[in-house]
Amino acid sequence: MSATSQGAGPRPLTITLDGRPFAGTEGQTIAGMLLAARRRSWRTTSVESAPRGVFCGIGVCFDCLVTVNGSRDVRACLRRAADGDVVETQHDPLPGVTS
Amino acid sequence: MTVDVVVVGAGIVGAACARALARRGLAVTVLDRRGAASGTTAHGEGNLLVSDKEPGPELVLAQHAARRWPSLVAELEDELGSDRHGFPPLEYDPKGGLVAATTAAGAQPLRDFAARQRGAGVDAREIDVAHALELEPALNPALTAAVWYPEDAQVQPVAAAEALLASARRAGATVRPGVEVVGALRDGERLVGVRTSDGDIPAAAVVLAAGPWSGVVAARLGVGLPVRPRRGMVLVTTRMPHVVRHKVYDGDYVGATQSGDAALQTSSVVESTAAGTVLIGSSREQVGFDDRLRVAVLREMAARAVRLFPFLADASVMRTYLGFRPYVPDHLPIVGPDPRTPGLWVATGHEGAGIGLGPVSGELLADLFTGAEPATDPAPFRVDRPAVLDAALDEPHPSESTPSENTPSENTGEAS
Amino acid sequence: MSRRTVVVVGAGPAGLSAARAAARAGADVTLLDASDQVGGQFWRHRALPGGGTAPDEPTFHHGWGTFTALRDVVATHPRVTLLTSAQVWALERLDAGVRLRVLVGPADGAGREHLTLTPDALVLATGAHDRTLPFPGWQLPGVTTAGAAQALAKAERVAVGDRVVVAGAGPFLLPVASSLLRTGARVLSVHEAATPASMARGWGARPAGLLGAAHKAGELGGYVGTLARHRVAYRLGEAVVAARGDGRVEEVTVARVDARWSPVPGTERTVAADAVCVSHGFTPRLELAVAAACAISPDRFVVVDDEQRTSAAGVWAAGELTGIGGAEAALAEGWVAGHHAASGAPDDAGLARAARRRARSADFARRLDAAHGIRGGWTSWLRDDTLVCRCEEVDAGTLRAAACATGSADLRSVRLTSRAGLGPCQARICGRTVAELVGATEPAPGGDTGSAPAVPDRRPLVVPVRLGDLATLPDVPAADAP
Ligand SMILES: Cc1cc2nc3c(=O)[nH]c(=O)nc-3n(C[C@H](O)[C@H](O)[C@H](O)COP(=O)(O)OP(=O)(O)OC[C@H]3O[C@@H](n4cnc5c(N)ncnc54)[C@H](O)[C@@H]3O)c2cc1C
Ligand SMILES: Cc1cc2nc3c(=O)[nH]c(=O)nc-3n(C[C@H](O)[C@H](O)[C@H](O)COP(=O)(O)OP(=O)(O)OC[C@H]3O[C@@H](n4cnc5c(N)ncnc54)[C@H](O)[C@@H]3O)c2cc1C
Ligand code: FES
Repeated sequence: MSATSQGAGPRPLTITLDGRPFAGTEGQTIAGMLLAARRRSWRTTSVESAPRGVFCGIGVCFDCLVTVNGSRDVRACLRRAADGDVVETQHDPLPGVTS
Repeated sequence: MTVDVVVVGAGIVGAACARALARRGLAVTVLDRRGAASGTTAHGEGNLLVSDKEPGPELVLAQHAARRWPSLVAELEDELGSDRHGFPPLEYDPKGGLVAATTAAGAQPLRDFAARQRGAGVDAREIDVAHALELEPALNPALTAAVWYPEDAQVQPVAAAEALLASARRAGATVRPGVEVVGALRDGERLVGVRTSDGDIPAAAVVLAAGPWSGVVAARLGVGLPVRPRRGMVLVTTRMPHVVRHKVYDGDYVGATQSGDAALQTSSVVESTAAGTVLIGSSREQVGFDDRLRVAVLREMAARAVRLFPFLADASVMRTYLGFRPYVPDHLPIVGPDPRTPGLWVATGHEGAGIGLGPVSGELLADLFTGAEPATDPAPFRVDRPAVLDAALDEPHPSESTPSENTPSENTGEAS
Repeated sequence: MSRRTVVVVGAGPAGLSAARAAARAGADVTLLDASDQVGGQFWRHRALPGGGTAPDEPTFHHGWGTFTALRDVVATHPRVTLLTSAQVWALERLDAGVRLRVLVGPADGAGREHLTLTPDALVLATGAHDRTLPFPGWQLPGVTTAGAAQALAKAERVAVGDRVVVAGAGPFLLPVASSLLRTGARVLSVHEAATPASMARGWGARPAGLLGAAHKAGELGGYVGTLARHRVAYRLGEAVVAARGDGRVEEVTVARVDARWSPVPGTERTVAADAVCVSHGFTPRLELAVAAACAISPDRFVVVDDEQRTSAAGVWAAGELTGIGGAEAALAEGWVAGHHAASGAPDDAGLARAARRRARSADFARRLDAAHGIRGGWTSWLRDDTLVCRCEEVDAGTLRAAACATGSADLRSVRLTSRAGLGPCQARICGRTVAELVGATEPAPGGDTGSAPAVPDRRPLVVPVRLGDLATLPDVPAADAP
């Protein structure tokens, strides 16, 4: 979790997750920022309402999906954070099955 | 060992035939070159519609099917169980359908169509925009006409086909996946069984239910049958908040169903599934069994869906798949004995409605087979109707057909 | 006359090397990667403004100098167009050749730029991802693949936890543990499922034989040293068989396993940890190769000939896509693929060198499999309520019940009735496991047999695409239509 300095260093930035601010630096992914802040999970699953966060880390498993600036289904492990990003957790309950 | 009936094809139609025949005490064997419910039945959607059908024999069959489905689902769940570790749910949902015209030109044809359907006993209610938005709040309010069809329903096609097969097995039927029919066993004119990749199977009768491959199999059995593939693609989104409540179609669906035009046609059918995904169908293309992805087709489907439901623009499509609807030149199913070849029975050609019409077609076939009073008039679906016999003359001669051209598609993803 | 156009998909070791060789052989090259940086999995690194390099970067990598040299070539070569943040999302087969559909812009962003490419030749270098076998509790936050831990360490200097257990199979566990240590995590232990006996089969009589594997020697030796310095135990014949915790992993159960990877009763012990990184090997990213109708081997790699040519006309493949051989092999294969895709001269000296380097790595995949290949006994650590499909939350009991109730071993039917494999990852994570559990035969997708059942790696959409982006696709020339 140690930041590396070089010259001017990466610019700081802030995003919010469900309204809560998280600080980081340019170049970090959304998942990287959340993990660095010791946040381990954000999505809530549909069937068991269980928490999920990073699993594969390279965009294959789709466990880490978040909504970014109103756009659904963004892989937090791939998307670089941009200053001011409004990130929301996703929870899509199952519709009632009639049969 | 001789069986009473060999059913060729374990799609929903073959499964329905097998169940209905086995429950009447016949010894049935079902063959499929691949797995059960792995053909068109696994590559379409599960709409059980009256809303898309012109008054006529297909509508009569669809109305019969709409009445039959609820009791059928109850029978199957009763028989097979439907708890968490029992049989997978059939996801039968009589949710109703909303047909919306999105253009000025489309409004009147839709109203006229609905009026004709009302004349044929369909519950087709013309509603105003406010009512339509009450039913589907996310719908594009720029509608020109809307008709509500409470009788439309949906089901999970593979689960339904597997349930029919499981029920058939309980009634004594045998299901043999991985067995391909390659030829006929004949006694003079009479068909007395099939040659397969796993040996000869003598049978008193053969039911041909091989979906879009029925023409190919018929040729192997030595008869001409004009069943052709009509390709369709479907888009599936990721799970989303439950916004689309009913089946929603743009009015063009009506026109596309009836036309024999080879050019690409798309019309939007948007529906939520029990898993929370949204299915967007579908295209109609006459490209033989060509299974290559065509992105331009996806674009047309996407554009129509977004026009119906603007919020879908942000939805992620995670999968697309395609299937081949089995169709006959006059767009009616074929159900009944083939008088040209004693011993041969046919149940196919359901085109884009085989999930809805499959179960009642199986029962109709069993009625005819056992001499029972049919629940609906079988005459329009008979094999020896002029449209079938005439087109059959143009089919390639049996010896010309090369099986490899027409193998079931490998390039197709999976449904829902 | 216009020059031959070559598109290379993937800018990992294989793709970088292919692009360089193709350009050198005179082609016009477009190198695409979905990531906004080049380097692939092996050279994933911190993204600094202006493309700078973090001072500690080289300590996280092997061959960093090779990387920077390749990176500079592809960035500056006049015949190479480098496109990062360029996701290939579909491949269409045309009557002659292929058409790639690309979206350029931030990952999963709406309104990205559309790009359509119809090259003379295509080199696929899309790499691989971790394969992790399910175990009870593996869905808890804090359980990740080993690759995730590696990626986060290399790219963000973030450790996935403070007290970390690393487990699974294969030499890859070693660099992962080493990177975790470097980012400040405490690595409690590394558990390798392969028993000492199978390690010996793959790598030679002494466990140190692992280090004898050609080019890997120096690299792996370094990791073993790092582990020893930090007193991290490297235990063979052990597996993590369960994780528990309330909303996140708090403890794991480790057990000894036999040669078939069945846990040995009575050997379980519990370890308190807040992260577990587990991988049992790699599985290639086959989507584009399958879409191009390339032949796939029974063990699910793209089949290539001596020239790295696939069975599909005009399509070459290199790197992990064709076999798990490590970055050295990927570099060599990429060279050969790029050179031939560009119709380079057969007597080229560089080609000959690459071919020799490739030959030296040839044995690696076989040794890897002999030592660390997944053994069937692992299924005995599953319980009925162990999730098999993470996306759709389908457990092993439900899956078996669906297969049993329908009497179907057809993968397609089992998937559609149980929903296993139908989630957003499209069975990338669960597909092979589901197939093994229901005993379904899993055919190679390229092989065309009339009776083949489902095709798990067939994903015409390589990644999800927004409906709005699909709806606004620009036209392609009608003459181009398939
Ligand atoms: C995109 C799309 C959307 C659709 N949407 C709907 C809808 O919403 N509602 C609806 O009702 N219908 C819909 N349909 C139509 C419906 O899917 C079909 O009408 C129906 O599945 C046909 O079933 P079947 O049993 O006749 O054919 P299939 O399911 O294709 O079964 C035929 C079987 O025969 C087997 N077979 C072939 N050759 C041989 C041989 N030589 N030997 C042994 N076995 C052989 C095949 O393997 C196959 O399993 C749709 C179709 C498509 C393509
Ligand atoms: C997470 C992870 C970490 C790893 N870390 C190490 C390590 O530290 N040491 C080690 O020895 N081995 C590591 N490996 C193994 C690694 O796969 C190989 O060593 C090496 O990177 C393989 O090189 P490659 O060029 O074949 O593929 P990769 O390096 O995987 O490169 C493939 C590239 O293709 C791109 N790509 C894939 N599909 C598309 C598409 N549709 N459109 C656009 N771009 C696409 C990807 O973004 C990626 O950059 C790791 C593997 C993984 C999965
Ligand atoms: S884990 Fe099964 S679909 Fe993703």
